[in-house]
Amino acid sequence: MNVALYVWQRATAAVMVPMIVVHVAVIFYATRHGLGGADILARTGGSVGWGAFYALFVVAASIHAAIGVRNVLAEWSRLGDRGAGIAASAFGLTLFGLGLRAVVAVTLP
Amino acid sequence: MSSDLKVFLWRGAQAGHYQAFAVPLRENQTVLDVVTYVQRHLDPTLAYRFACRVGVCGSCAMTVNGRPRWTCRTHVSKVVADGGLEIGPLENLPVIKDLATDMSRFFEKWQEAKGAFVPTKTRHDEIEAIAPASAPRLAAAAAIECINCGVCHAACDTVRWNESYLGPAALNRAWTLVNDARDGGNRERLSAVAAAGGCHACHSHQSCQEHCPQSLNPTASIAGLKRRTAQAWLRGEIKARRLEGKA
Repeated sequence: MNVALYVWQRATAAVMVPMIVVHVAVIFYATRHGLGGADILARTGGSVGWGAFYALFVVAASIHAAIGVRNVLAEWSRLGDRGAGIAASAFGLTLFGLGLRAVVAVTLP
Repeated sequence: MSSDLKVFLWRGAQAGHYQAFAVPLRENQTVLDVVTYVQRHLDPTLAYRFACRVGVCGSCAMTVNGRPRWTCRTHVSKVVADGGLEIGPLENLPVIKDLATDMSRFFEKWQEAKGAFVPTKTRHDEIEAIAPASAPRLAAAAAIECINCGVCHAACDTVRWNESYLGPAALNRAWTLVNDARDGGNRERLSAVAAAGGCHACHSHQSCQEHCPQSLNPTASIAGLKRRTAQAWLRGEIKARRLEGKA
């Protein structure tokens, strides 16, 4: 890991921490009020705010996790720095694609 | 208590075996005394390294019952286990012969971390006034008493699995210079320790701190380098790069 990857990983962590608090609070709210899937989709559908919130989370998580996976691969596999970078980038892009697909699915009206 | 100590010493180079010796047990006896006894009385072909015998030179570090230690300041009574001692060369360094390791890479990494002082003044200039209680001076003072023994290097997991990692000793040295107002090499130094294999490779396991015979805390020094390099990179003062000469 070099300084750029270090800063990106810490910065995305700093973005995610308050978002996780909000996410967990929403989960508590939904369970305590007995909201089902349809109720939640009714609230998130068409919501620009929730769409932006979770899209930002997906971006941060994809970058953060990819850097972490790159480190693990670079240290523990035989891929080397370059191979680990390529594999981790593919992992990050996959997370980004799957995450964004989920965000779109619950926020499109 | 038996009058003899069971001692198992590493013999050979990278490949080798432990050889058993019986050494008279004494009331006050260091691990280095034991090794010296073997070499002088039992087997003169035993290779090991020492110089000062008083914890200053950092030459005599070895692995004693599984832990890296400075042998001249380690009393047998404190580390003996089941009436015996298993003494091997330091880990994470190539073995030359028996208990002597090749420390070339260890010191090359000090060079790669820009561990040499870069003067900014001549003898004709005023001496730089450094307040003893200033934060940089205190940070440097906390890390300066390294004796280059290699114990932290041998104890470090990251050194073990990442050959390019500069290691706790070299980075600790770099941190003392980063805090030295008289030094003029910080841009190059921060750039060197911010590259792949530099301070950001540290996992903060703190084995260096746990084992350092001088009770230094290289992990804290490395954390300082992480902060300082991040600031320098965000300000555009250094670039993210790989270490010179590394694949």
